[in-house]
Amino acid sequence: MTATFSSKELQAKQKTEVSTPSEQTTPGVVFVPAVDIFETDKELNLLADLPGVKTDDLKIDLRDNVLTLSGDVAPFEGPDEKDIFIEYEVGKYYRQFTVSEEIDQGKIEAQLKDGVLRLILPKAEKTIPKKIIVKAS
Amino acid sequence: MIIRRPIYYPTTGFKSTFEELERMRQDMDRLFGGLGGRYTAPQTAGVFPLVNLTEDKDGYYVRAELAGLKADELNISATGNTLSITGERKVADEGENVRYHRREREAGTFSRIISLPGEVNSDKVEASLKNGILTVYIPKAEAAKPRQITVK
Repeated sequence: MTATFSSKELQAKQKTEVSTPSEQTTPGVVFVPAVDIFETDKELNLLADLPGVKTDDLKIDLRDNVLTLSGDVAPFEGPDEKDIFIEYEVGKYYRQFTVSEEIDQGKIEAQLKDGVLRLILPKAEKTIPKKIIVKAS
Repeated sequence: MIIRRPIYYPTTGFKSTFEELERMRQDMDRLFGGLGGRYTAPQTAGVFPLVNLTEDKDGYYVRAELAGLKADELNISATGNTLSITGERKVADEGENVRYHRREREAGTFSRIISLPGEVNSDKVEASLKNGILTVYIPKAEAAKPRQITVK
């Protein structure tokens, strides 16, 4: 019998580096944050893990149906600290999505708490599906 | 026509045989280096959460990225010179009327034990969780701190 890990046990994962043909102008590693995106009838929700990003260092941009998230992480090690072992790298976060729904730009809400961003993108009125009742003749 | 030359043929010699190998090695490095990109992932113990351990003259710092965790979902204890971090990461249920486009954030339990390289004062461990980053500070035992020695 092969031992199987409980599906509820978290596995260690390295962060994924952004792979773009163009390089950033500033040095440092850039990672792709893990996201959950889900949709309700009225809005599109996005949750992103951005550990280490402060509210002021997070930029969210939506234009021409392209949603861009970028977050800077300041190094938090003290100046006198020496590395003993390093298992993860600290870097920026960057990710882009193409949003197919029409979004009501004025009502976008964003909240960053405990390193998790919750972005609520309300759909524009005309894209909310309306129930059409078929009357029996 | 096939010309067979002994390996130590006077015009090539020992040195150039190795030069040729060195050139091939460099070519291979270039080839594989290009595929790997600039970033090479650091070596890990492969246990969640991945931690960074650093020290200064007074103590050790253990840091881990735990986005979305609250302080009461974490259990940190220090025994002797081992530090244990256990907990559970929860991803909130968003209700039944949602359609997921992407689901990458993972939930689950974790348990990690870290051995610290020196003697520590486990009574004075401090832990803080800020912006999804856990920092545990473990002061070194008095006996393990470096002491300045003055030469008379």
